[in-house]
Amino acid sequence: MKVHEYQAKDIFRAEGLPVPTGKVFTKDTLSESAIAAIGKLPLVVKAQVHAGGRGKAGGVKIVQSPKEAYEFSKSLLGKLLVTFQTAGKGQPINSVLVESASILKKELYLAVVMDREKSLPCVVFSEMGGMEIEEVAKEHPEKILKLHFEPEAGVSEAEALKLIHKTNLLDSQKKEIAKIISVLSRIFVKKDISLMEVNPLGILENGDVFIVDSKAIFDDNALFRHPDIAEMRDASQEDLREVEAKKFDLSYVGLDGNIGCMVNGAGLAMATMDIIKLHGGEPANFLDVGGGASVEKVTAAFKIILTDPSVKAILVNIFGGIMKCDVVAQGIVAAAKQIQLKVPLVVRLEGTNVKEGLAILRNSGLNIVLAEDLTDAAKKVVVAAKGKK
Amino acid sequence: MSILVNTKTRVIVQGITGTHGAFHARQMVDYGTKVVGGVTPGKGGQKIDQIPVFNSVKDAVKETGADASVIYVPAKFAKDAILEAADGGISLVVCITEGIPTLDMIEVKKKLASRSVRLIGPNCPGIITPGECKIGIMPGYIHKAGAIGVVSRSGTLTYEAVWQLTNLGIGQSTCIGIGGDPVLGTNFIDCLELFEKDPETQAVLMIGEIGGEAEEKAADFINKKMKKPVVAFIAGQTAPAGKRMGHAGAIISGGSGTAADKIKTFRRLGIPVADSPGEIGNTMQKRLEEAGIMVKK
Repeated sequence: MKVHEYQAKDIFRAEGLPVPTGKVFTKDTLSESAIAAIGKLPLVVKAQVHAGGRGKAGGVKIVQSPKEAYEFSKSLLGKLLVTFQTAGKGQPINSVLVESASILKKELYLAVVMDREKSLPCVVFSEMGGMEIEEVAKEHPEKILKLHFEPEAGVSEAEALKLIHKTNLLDSQKKEIAKIISVLSRIFVKKDISLMEVNPLGILENGDVFIVDSKAIFDDNALFRHPDIAEMRDASQEDLREVEAKKFDLSYVGLDGNIGCMVNGAGLAMATMDIIKLHGGEPANFLDVGGGASVEKVTAAFKIILTDPSVKAILVNIFGGIMKCDVVAQGIVAAAKQIQLKVPLVVRLEGTNVKEGLAILRNSGLNIVLAEDLTDAAKKVVVAAKGKK
Repeated sequence: MSILVNTKTRVIVQGITGTHGAFHARQMVDYGTKVVGGVTPGKGGQKIDQIPVFNSVKDAVKETGADASVIYVPAKFAKDAILEAADGGISLVVCITEGIPTLDMIEVKKKLASRSVRLIGPNCPGIITPGECKIGIMPGYIHKAGAIGVVSRSGTLTYEAVWQLTNLGIGQSTCIGIGGDPVLGTNFIDCLELFEKDPETQAVLMIGEIGGEAEEKAADFINKKMKKPVVAFIAGQTAPAGKRMGHAGAIISGGSGTAADKIKTFRRLGIPVADSPGEIGNTMQKRLEEAGIMVKK
């Protein structure tokens, strides 16, 4: 789960880390006097959206007066921001962060990430901050310092100092950064974070170290033990269909094609998308109905697939293991009747209780095209989608 | 012969009184697996069908001589269930549960390193030696005893591949789903190594997907350390970058971990990769014929 920059900064501030003074405003709370109370000028106004590349997209501006900050904030709020990371129409700007801006002498990069290959969290530090870290990794791999650590131990200040001791920073700054690294490593573990990034970590004119921009992604699986974090979810930043899908424990990702897919299991769902494409079709979505399917779940899945107006045919591909084919079949029949399905439906069932499942579909009186196997299913649904054009 | 599980394997089911646990315990018994007990704290003394339920793994092992355990408990209790199995004297733990926090698994992995126990999963379909022992949630009837080892990161896609093999008359020695999570108890290379050593396994089918570098590392291992033929399939050729495709592991980031890159690595090392998920069985058949393991029909 992603959170906004200001939410990540709130977490950092609560742990005593140096973040700029600032305030968050929505359309309703925006006021020039409140902006004036933030403190010293200049100020920086930052659109709060779940996407990187805000600066280049016009979502961040340094301003010289509270009035200017107010005007710029007002122009952002309620708009959509399109950056190189956003999909479709862009992300809605429902809040802005106004902070005291500082002139940076140097920009550094600091992150803590879960390294799946080593099964350990890892601190990543670079003196080349403020730009895309992927670029730095490509052009100057020697400028990227990494330190894996045991979650229960975290990174001590001494270990962090050792990591950055060869950098071109003042000793006092190294000490300060080591302290930040150590605290971040503990927050990472304490809050079950998957990725947190401070880019840039800034060095001010007076030599102070500051967290200028920050980003955090939390482990969805661990949100049950962090209700405070779970509350930070901003559904307005997510694809509406993905949010709706999540309510039913479905995993949905919208794509650009016209063949709706409902599959159990992520791997098979991806393979189903692949085979549709191989046979000349284009998948409209990835949808994994997961383990236990109920009538409600399958109905919800159909409804979500059909919110995409470009869907011309639907392929249901279920290989039952933990999910029983008869339950899926009941769900398909009930859902198709309830929503009066108008696009062709191709179903391929295999696995636990398949005979019962197929019998339910055959006896349903519905116009369902049954497929023999995966290839047959792909061919049939591609034909069905073309026929409707 | 086979790897890890066979007719002698004695299995307990952790979480046997839950809906999934009870259903799949029954399915495993029906398949012929020796399910000797179940564990649900506080429900010791009950019976699910004919299977005795114990309060702890320790009790179950003492009473039944179990050596393997399968876990169906909810994600928030899974860490403790795995560690309890390991401490209770179980040597093979299969964790079906999905949605376990990554940090919990890191802790589990570290603690298991100092014990003589193998963990398969989590978030996996389990392991089956056809005709002998099924531990997990895979439908039993799609399998057929034979000489192909199958290892996969996916659940249902493994069933698909196995079903294609079986329909072509190609049996399997053992099929393992290693799971779709970032932190896993057993990885591709562990399984490939076991299959390479197993005298009854003649070839291996490996099913990977987008994300991470596990497939690339496996390809390197196959190239350097394996004599037996391996055929692969990689799911997710049409997956867009930056999106999580259900599995926590199935995400492409920063231009790495794409299906195209993985397929290229395999082919460069001379390992055949099925173009279509509908051609996995055929690709294996062709490879077996080339290797002289199967006679051309």
